[in-house]
Formats: sequence, C-alpha cells, structure tokens
Amino acid sequence: MPILQTMNLDQGFGGRNILSDINLSIEPNEVFVIIGPTGSGKTTLIRLLDMLDRPTGGQLVFFGTDVTFSRPLRLAARRRIAYVQQKPLVFTMSVFDNVACGLRWRQEKKEVITEKVESVLRLVGMLDYRERSAKTLSGGETQRVAVARALVTEPEVLLLDEPTANLDPISVTKIEEVLGHVIDAKRTTLVMATHDMSQGQRLADRIGVMVAGRLVQIGKPHEIFMSPETREVAEFVGMDNILPGIVTGKDGDLATISVHNSTIEAVTSYPDGEMVLSLIRPEDITLTVTPAASSARNTFKGNIVQMVSLKPLIRIEIDCGFPLLVLITQRSSDGMGLSIGKTVYCNVKASAVSIIKRWTY
Amino acid sequence: MEEIWNGFVQALGLIASRDPEVLEITRRTLMISVSSTSIASAISVPLGSLIHFNRFRGKRVLVSVIQTLFSVPTVVVGLLVFITFSRAGPLGELDLLFSPPAIIIGEVVLITPLILGLIISALSGLDRAVGETAISLGATRLQMVLLSLREAKFAVLAAVIMGYGRAFSEVGLALMVGGNIRGFTRTLTTTISLETSKGNIELSMALGIILLLIALAINVTLNRLQQR
Repeated sequence: MPILQTMNLDQGFGGRNILSDINLSIEPNEVFVIIGPTGSGKTTLIRLLDMLDRPTGGQLVFFGTDVTFSRPLRLAARRRIAYVQQKPLVFTMSVFDNVACGLRWRQEKKEVITEKVESVLRLVGMLDYRERSAKTLSGGETQRVAVARALVTEPEVLLLDEPTANLDPISVTKIEEVLGHVIDAKRTTLVMATHDMSQGQRLADRIGVMVAGRLVQIGKPHEIFMSPETREVAEFVGMDNILPGIVTGKDGDLATISVHNSTIEAVTSYPDGEMVLSLIRPEDITLTVTPAASSARNTFKGNIVQMVSLKPLIRIEIDCGFPLLVLITQRSSDGMGLSIGKTVYCNVKASAVSIIKRWTY
Repeated sequence: MEEIWNGFVQALGLIASRDPEVLEITRRTLMISVSSTSIASAISVPLGSLIHFNRFRGKRVLVSVIQTLFSVPTVVVGLLVFITFSRAGPLGELDLLFSPPAIIIGEVVLITPLILGLIISALSGLDRAVGETAISLGATRLQMVLLSLREAKFAVLAAVIMGYGRAFSEVGLALMVGGNIRGFTRTLTTTISLETSKGNIELSMALGIILLLIALAINVTLNRLQQR
C-alpha cells in the first residue's frame, strides 16, 4: 500500500492556479525527488503534503486514510511525518529546546527527550551547540537544527524543501550525509524538492519533474535524464540540443530521422512518418577536425560560431545547417586548435540520441 | 515658590517616615491596579489568541471596534459601572458601589480592550512561519498558540504593562464608582485630586512623587521590553 497518495490535487490562490491535477503515489521507503525550475510549484506541493494548506481540489491520502478535510486526522497523520522548510524558522530558545519541542508536544518522558535530542544533535554535528540560542546560528547551522528537529520524532515520511540550497559546503555535506543515513539505516520515506539535479540523481529512487504547476514526467532517474518525454523536461534536464524532425525510415528499432537538411540515426520505437524531437546532450557529442572513422553513426560537418569557456570545460556552438551545442574539455579544444570559423565534425552515437514525440513545441 | 518647596520637603518627610496613610493608600492603589490588570489579562490573552488564530466573518470589524475602545473616556466607563451597580441598577443587589471591587470591575472594563487589542497586534506581528512550524512539528492548536504567545512574549508583556499603566493612573472612574472614601476606597490619584483642592499640598505631593516613581518604573520596563 502506498504511504502517501494524492488524487487530482489542485491548488490556487486568488483565482490563479498554482498546481493542477497532481497525482502521486509514494511507496514506503521510497525516495521521491521533485525537480523543476524555481516557481514551478514545488514548495506549494510540499506544503500541501504537510497539510499546512488546504488544496482547492482533489484528495490527499496518508497511510490509507483520506486526510484532506478532518482536523484530528490531519494531526494524527502529521505526527508521523516531518517537514524541513527551505528557510527554516527556529524558535527563540536554545538549540536543545528547539529540537525537543516535537517530543514535548507528544508528551514524551524527560529522560527519553534528553537522550533522543542529544543523539540527533550528534548526528547532525550540532551537539556542542546545544545550549546556544538558536536565533544566533548561521544559515547552515540553522538548517542542521531544523533537520535534527524533524528527525527527532522518527517520522515515517520526511518532507524536504531544497534542504541544501544556498548553504555552506560543510553543512551541505553534513546534511546529505544525514539524509543518506536516514534513507539507508532508518528506511524513512523521503519526498524532497530540489532544483539541484545532481542531488536528485544521487538520492532518488524516482523523480517527478514539475513544470508550471504540473508533474509532467515521473520516472526513475535514468528515464528522466535519458528519455525525457516532453520538451520542457528535456530542457530542464540539460538536453540542450532539441532538433525537430520526422522519421523517414526504419530498420528494426534503428530509425533514420530527417532533421533540417541532414539525417540522424537513432534508436526509437516510433513508426515511419512520425513527427519527433531528437534530443542530444552536449557532452555526448565528440568533435574531430577530420571525418572520424569512429563507431559513431552520426557525423555532421559544421563551422564553429561561438566558444564560451566554462573552465575546465568549453561550450562550443556549431552551425551544421542547424545549431548544435557541444561541451568538451578546454584541453582537448586546445589540442585540436579550435577557433571560431573553423570547420569541425560532430560525432554522435545512435544510442546517445533520445527521441520523443513532437506534441509540444 | 517657598510654599511649593516646603510642600516638597514635607512630602519627602512623609515618605521617609512611612506615614501610615500614605502607605495605606499606596498599597490599596497597587492592589486595585494589579487585580484589575490580572483579571483583564486573564480575559485578553486567551480571547486575543482566539480572535487572532481563527478566521471568521466580521473579524476586521471586531478588531476595529476593540481599537476604538482604546480611547474610551474613563468617565463613560465610570457612568456605565455606576448605573450597573447603583441601587436601582441590574446588579445593585450585590451592593458593590463605592467599594474597591467596583473600582476593579471598572478598570477591567476600561483596560481589557487595550490589552486585548495589543495582544492581537502582538500575535499579528509574529512571523506566520512560527505557527506553521509548530503545527508541522506535530503541535496541537493549543500547543501552537502557547508557543506563539511565548515567541511574542515581549510584545505580550508590553501589552499587559500598558494596561497596568492605564489602570494605575486612572482617576475619573475611581472617583465615580469608588467614592474616594477615606480608609476604604481612596487611591493615589483620587486622594491627590481631593487633597489638592483642600489645600493639603504636602500629602498630595508625597502621593504624586510615589505615583511618578511607579509610573517611571513601568515606563522603564516597557522601554526595555520594546527594545528586545
């Protein structure tokens, strides 16, 4: 049974829709990461999951119970989950008391509280700060206290909103380490919003991509990153080359796709005549100055239009009749003596091209 | 000028020698103002929380009405209490008119709107995230309200002290419903007003100095709280 489910969840403020038709089903022990650009509705969704706001439509089911409307049921469910906000607020009291709040509200015994609070403060590396006034902590320290405060009640579901955004590197490492521990040792179910895709990829069992208030794709990390289903997802996960085309020939799963005045060979199940988008990651393209005798199925000849250094990498825009973005190391660029105007060959394996149906533009 | 100076010296003498009448009046004034402030706070803190943390129709109107009552003239409250507790009034049988409890009741009526209004604005001044964080950490509504009051404690205390200041320095109402009866209902303010008109400057001054010192203490405390 899923631990958490949403059915057609909608949220709007003042007649404006922020979230539309969110359908999620999260299994126990799962790590579900919501990625999406800033302002896409990630925080709004997490707040609904924590039952801080009421949805304008749809249902929210926790532990098999519909908690959308009943206040006592919401309290009972909320005591089994915990939420770490992006900019957490600490109360005007010591670090220890901040972390102890949740336990005191659950009427735990004093000895139990001391033991649990100390152990969780040790876990986040804040035990030495236990008597400090929480209001005097830095951003990273505050976030660690917030994580401790959430974990001390041993929640079955942990909701996190950008837990490491804008933090110092030590706190980021510490928090990721703690999350790793929670996932592996405590088997806690995690729902985390982030715009840090590498973090999402590292931790997630499944990823949901949120664009403009909708979950546009849900899948395993490799599915999201290798086979984005829509143009928005493709753009968001760094598929910088999105080439509209049409399938003009098939040989098993190997298809020939006509793109501008060239053809691309790629693996797809779409039939002949289908309008598609070919997606190529800039780091999956290799450059040569002579036609390469490599295994790459696709080779495009073009001229360098622009070079932008992103040390140690360099981002090169090439005009092959269509624009192609390529990411290679500065060193290999220097080795080939690349410069603007120079003719190069772009090589892409058929397996590195993802094909999606062209229903969105 | 000399008369005033002599009055001042004699007033200090009355305080230094712990004149029984001065002490008695001071003690009664403190008893009445502390009692009325306690009762008004016991009403205002829960009621203010209830109003702030609930959404209901007419909430804004209610808050405006409460704020308007901040500046209700004390004699109007005095009149109201007088009518209520006079022989022919609805609560006349309690025989409370011209007794300290009548003054306490009047002051409660006078300062409750003030404390209530200030408590509501103290809670409104609090970051919304305080209540949300508490709820999110599993607090019940009551636990959330208690935490919010704790987080706003300086503003809440300031509200109570403002109420105390008003009750303490109040004169019109105490005169009307207390009757300024010697040894029974005289307060610092009513005694000053009577003794001054009788020409008993030194007693008035002694009481005035005490009144000022206590008012000063209240203001210093209030300032400290508001600077937090």
